[in-house]
Amino acid sequence: MVHLVLKKENCSGCKLCEFTCTAEHFHTNNPKKARIKIKSELPKPQFDIITCNQDGVCMEVCPTGAISKKGDAYVIDPALCTNCLVCVEACPTGAIFVHEDIEYPLICDLCLECVKICPMGAITEGD
Amino acid sequence: MKGYAGNNLRIDLTDETIKTFPTDEKTMRRFLGGRGFGAKVLWDEVAGVDPFSPENKIIVTAGPLSGLFLPAAGKTHFTSKSPLTGGFGDSNMGGFFCAEMKYAGYDSIIIEGKSDKPVYIVIKNNDVQIRDASHLWGKGALTGEEIIRKDLGEEYHVSIIGQGGENLVRFACINSDYGREAGRAGIGAVFGSKKLKAIAVTGTKDIEVADYEKFMKVTKEIFEACFKHPDLKPWQRYGTSQVVTWASEIGALPTRNFSTGTFEHAEAIGGETMRQKVVKLDKACNACPMACGKWSYSGKYGHYAEGGEYETLALMGSNCSIDDIETVIEGNYLCDEYGIDTISTGNIIGFVMEATEKGLMNEARFGDKEKYLELIRKIAFREGTGDLLAEGVKRVSEKVGGKEYAIQIKGMEQSGYESRGAPAMQLAYMTCDVGAHHNRAWAITQDIKVGRDVLDGKAEWVIRLQHIRPMFDQLGVCRLQWVELAVDLNYYARLFEAVTGWPTTLDELLISSERTWNLTRAYWFREVPGFGRTWDMPPARVYKEDVPDGATKGMRLSEDKLNYLLDDYYKLRGWDKNGKPTLEKLKTLRLEEVVGKI
Repeated sequence: MVHLVLKKENCSGCKLCEFTCTAEHFHTNNPKKARIKIKSELPKPQFDIITCNQDGVCMEVCPTGAISKKGDAYVIDPALCTNCLVCVEACPTGAIFVHEDIEYPLICDLCLECVKICPMGAITEGD
Repeated sequence: MKGYAGNNLRIDLTDETIKTFPTDEKTMRRFLGGRGFGAKVLWDEVAGVDPFSPENKIIVTAGPLSGLFLPAAGKTHFTSKSPLTGGFGDSNMGGFFCAEMKYAGYDSIIIEGKSDKPVYIVIKNNDVQIRDASHLWGKGALTGEEIIRKDLGEEYHVSIIGQGGENLVRFACINSDYGREAGRAGIGAVFGSKKLKAIAVTGTKDIEVADYEKFMKVTKEIFEACFKHPDLKPWQRYGTSQVVTWASEIGALPTRNFSTGTFEHAEAIGGETMRQKVVKLDKACNACPMACGKWSYSGKYGHYAEGGEYETLALMGSNCSIDDIETVIEGNYLCDEYGIDTISTGNIIGFVMEATEKGLMNEARFGDKEKYLELIRKIAFREGTGDLLAEGVKRVSEKVGGKEYAIQIKGMEQSGYESRGAPAMQLAYMTCDVGAHHNRAWAITQDIKVGRDVLDGKAEWVIRLQHIRPMFDQLGVCRLQWVELAVDLNYYARLFEAVTGWPTTLDELLISSERTWNLTRAYWFREVPGFGRTWDMPPARVYKEDVPDGATKGMRLSEDKLNYLLDDYYKLRGWDKNGKPTLEKLKTLRLEEVVGKI
């Protein structure tokens, strides 16, 4: 199964994963539209990397059947999504994100662009 | 306008009014943004006033490349009339603050007036509030940032002062992202004089660029250049701390108040020791692969600090003869928490130690760790002698003596290069437009390359760097990718063109940088009575004392040599013998606003 291996102890908090994620999906400059989030826990010496771990909870709770599994990723169909945010609340890892300009929640679709750019080896691909 | 956020804030703290104004294309084509826009506003709006008066302003700026998907796109610039020097003052910091300003929709924030009670500014997109900060006043900068982020949310980025700024220490800094500082020129004290504790900002907007495909093509090439460079890994591991042992080997590491350039304990405070003993986390700025920030912990003292960065290790370390990395990290932490510049603080404590050794003061001898830490606190709170030390080394030496070894130019304490064996670096300090600061022209590598005693060609090299490096400060990004990873300068012209849609060559960007440099020089002439050539001269130690040991043993720069360098520099710049920009130069640079004013 394709998935992301997160080594948060390596993360420098540069947010390049957020930039490349938005570039890949929305063709713009805005880390706030990313499907991955770097959270600073400073002054504690660590950053946290938050993104989908493919537990499938979102698909189970979605009331409109907008979330389906494509390959190893969970994907939202914007045509079926009512932006009710039930999935966002249910996600145990807090890995489904919302942005005020986008009418559906954002879930990692395993495009792996973040793996390609992470300069610290904090995000790698596992199988 | 693409690349720019398009909007700006003007906040008057006296009557608590908040206005916006659109970013002006004509001004940005002349000054780009960042440092350039800050200098322009200061020239236009802050004339003939005391730096601590309500009429002084703080101009916080992003640049057209800030916040974008490209390496280290997050240099925030602060510009103000400097309470340390009385002249032009600006300072920048890495981190995330200006990127966040742009996501909120702003290219700049201009702060005016003065509040009668402590306040802080909270910005979320179009919602801008001036809030009571009585719960933050009296708190350290690191502590205050933690409180604000807990209150408002982790998505906010904060520019904040510590007690040093509140107490009007003339070299108080502005802190952000737990340890990034706009350290120089004392703009933290201007915050304090306005009773402004902090600015917190978050935003959610896109930054649109003119030609997205072209932008992404250039940005990918720049990242590829960074990733393939062999020095990327050492930078991630050590950051600027790797410079310490090198600087000592070449006789440039300021040691015991710049009395020499070689520190016998350089390894004990250098990069490898620091990595082994105290570094806990690599800490990057916005979108930067280099991660030169190091989050360190001193077990002996129980505090975290971002550092030690080279300048801090040099000034707070060897310059005070502190031979223990944990003590330097504690000094670093105290300066960050209190919000005072590590460079000025280490320079001043070094001076106090020499003055004590020579019997002019009775404070601390070189290497006295306990008194060293105590002096930092005394300065921040203006306690006892600290009240005088908080005025800066120039004023201290005018009071107690020792002017010949008060290592400052224009009233700003010199940063981390002992330069008697480095004429280009010395000239860079003499002519830097905020005082003795290194970052406008890090010229010492040229001294190593072409000869430590060579004078010819040094002025030309310094001017070249003084145009290139501040150009990055106008664009609002870091210069280290060019300096250390050999990213081609032409990429930045291509980026600027793709982002703004304005056809631009590198030469045009450099002319804008030269225009800004002449504007800041003109500011000194307009604001400081009697300003001119003598203000560019360093203290007597540089021309009267030989370096006693190390790689530059026996070297000094005589007054004749210094004047030779200045003559060459002024001539190449198109300035007169007193260092004033000529009318022809002003006209060539289209600085109409300066003509007839200096």
